[in-house]
Amino acid sequence: MFDKSVKELGNALRHKEFSSVELTQAFLDRSKALNGEINAFITFDEEQTLAQAKVADETLLKGKPTPLTGIPIAHKDIWCAKNWITTCGSRMLENFRSPYNAHIIKRFNDFGAVIQGKTNMDEFAMGSSNETSWFGAVKNPWDLNRVPGGSSGGSAAAVAAGMTPAATGTDTGGSIRQPAALCGISGLKPTYGLVSRYGMIAFASSLDQGGPMAKSAEDLAILLEAMVGFDAKDSTSLNNKQVDYARSINESVAGLKIGIPKEYFSNHIAPDIQKSIEQALKEYQKIGAILVDVDLPTSPLSVAAYYVIAPAEASSNLSRFDGVRYGYRAPEYGDLNDMYAKTRAQGFGAEVKRRILIGTYVLSHGYYDAYYIKAQKVRRLISQDFMRAFQTCDVIMSPTTPSTAFKLGEKSSDPVQMYLSDTFTIAANLAGLPAMSIPCGFDQANLPIGLQLIGNYFDEAKMLATAHQYQRVTDWHLKKPPLTTA
Amino acid sequence: MSLSKQDVQKAAALARIEVTDQEVEDALEPLKQVFTLIKEMQNLDTEGVEPMAHAQDISTRLRDDIVTEIDRREVLQASAPAVENGLFLVPKVID
Repeated sequence: MFDKSVKELGNALRHKEFSSVELTQAFLDRSKALNGEINAFITFDEEQTLAQAKVADETLLKGKPTPLTGIPIAHKDIWCAKNWITTCGSRMLENFRSPYNAHIIKRFNDFGAVIQGKTNMDEFAMGSSNETSWFGAVKNPWDLNRVPGGSSGGSAAAVAAGMTPAATGTDTGGSIRQPAALCGISGLKPTYGLVSRYGMIAFASSLDQGGPMAKSAEDLAILLEAMVGFDAKDSTSLNNKQVDYARSINESVAGLKIGIPKEYFSNHIAPDIQKSIEQALKEYQKIGAILVDVDLPTSPLSVAAYYVIAPAEASSNLSRFDGVRYGYRAPEYGDLNDMYAKTRAQGFGAEVKRRILIGTYVLSHGYYDAYYIKAQKVRRLISQDFMRAFQTCDVIMSPTTPSTAFKLGEKSSDPVQMYLSDTFTIAANLAGLPAMSIPCGFDQANLPIGLQLIGNYFDEAKMLATAHQYQRVTDWHLKKPPLTTA
Repeated sequence: MSLSKQDVQKAAALARIEVTDQEVEDALEPLKQVFTLIKEMQNLDTEGVEPMAHAQDISTRLRDDIVTEIDRREVLQASAPAVENGLFLVPKVID
C-alpha cells in the first residue's frame, strides 16, 4: 500500500479494502521505523492521528466521503494544527502547542483527511538543504549521505520514502519545488493568494505560499482542491471561483506552447540535468506540444533581489519571537532588553540570525533606498518579463535546480552557494506565479532530476494537466528509492 | 563600501539579538559574500520603475468593525513563558 497513490488509496478506502485506522497505522509504523535514518518527521501524535482516522472510518461507513476521507497526510511543521506541537524547525518553538488550526488544516479536516504527523524543515523555512533545523538534518531517501533539499525537506523525503501518501509544504523561494526535485516527487506552489497563509508561521509574507507535495500531478490536484479557498483571516487571500483540478487534469497538451527561457539553460547546469530536461521537452513535443523561445532577461538577478526582500520581511515577521507571549525564553537575563536579546540569541539558529541581520541592515536608515527599494524595482522587472513571455507561450519550462542532491555539509558553511541552489525557482515567487516540479530522470549517481513548470496566474489546472500528460507517458514519478526497510 | 563589524553589531542591536565579538567575527565574511551577491542588482538600470511590494496588485480588504474573536485568554496564554493572574510577565520596566 506504500506505493499507492492518494487516488488509489481513496478508492480502496471507499471500497472497504481496508479501514483508515489500518491504513494510518501502517503508515505510522513505517514512518517510525524509517524515521531514525531519514529524520523526516519532528512530531508524531498517534492518539490524535488515530482518533481522526476513527472518525474518517465512520464517515466512510455511513457519511459522504471525499477523495481525501481517511487519507493520512503529513504536514510541514510550519502549519499550526490545534493541540499539535508546532515548532517551525526551531528551538524557539520547541514546546509550542498551537491553540488553533491553520486554514488549510481546517480544510483538510473538513475533507476528512488525517493528520499523520508534522514534518521536519529548515528553521523558519530558511534553508535549501534542511540542515538548519533545530531537530537535525533530514536525509535524502535516494542517498542517506545527501540532503533532501529544503525548506520542505521532511515532507519531500517522507513522500519519497513512502512514509506518507502525501504532504504539505510551503514555498517562499523554492521550498516546495527544490526538495521535490531532489527527492524525485511532484510539488506545486500555487499562485500567490490562492492558498490561505492563516496559521502558516510567517517567513516572508509577500512571497510565502503553501502547496501540496505528492507522488504525481494527479495526487497534487486532489490535494490542491482541499487547500484552495478564500479565507477572510488572510488579508491577501483571493476570492476566486473554485476549480475542479481533478477533472481538468485529462486535458490534452496538443498545441500547448512551452516557453524555453535561455537564461535558465546556462552553463551552470549539470550536464546530466541538461540532458534529462532536453529529453523531457522531446517527450512533450511527441505528445503535441510546441517549443518556443522566450526571454526572461532580468531573472538572473532574482536571487539578489530575493535576498533583500525575503530577509527584510523576515526581520519584521520574526520580531514577534520575544520570549513574552509564546515560545522560548532565556533562563537568565537582566532587564527587558537583555531578556529579548538573550532569548533571541539562544532561540534562533545561525541561518535565521543571518537573515534577520541582513533584513535589519537593508531596512535601516541610509540603506533602505539602495537595497530595499532597488530590490522591489528589480522585482517589478522580473514580473514584467514573465508577462511578456506569457504573450507567446502557455507554460514555461526549465530545470528546477542547477544540480541534483548535494552532500550533507557540502554547502552549509557557504551561504551564497546554498542560496544559488534556488536560482531557477525564486523568480516565480517574486512574480507570485504558480510553479511546480515533476521528476524527469536521474543523473549518473541515480539521484532524481526535476523539471520545473511555471504558469501564468491561476493556471494551476493547465499546469497540472500538462504535468499529468507527461506522467501518463513516462514513469519517472513511479521510481522508488532503494531503501533497506522495504 | 564594505560591511564592517560595527554594521553587524548595530544590526544585531536593532534586531535585539545578543552577539559576542567572536560571533560578529564569524558572521562578517559570509555576510560580505551575501552583499556581493545582492549588489549585482546595482548594475541594472531601474530608473522610473515602480517598486513592487506585492505579487498581486490588490488593496487591503476592509471589514466591518465588529468583534470576531471570543476571549480565549487561558488557552492562548498556555504557551507563554511566564504568566500570572492572566497577565504576561516581563522584567520590571519602570522602577
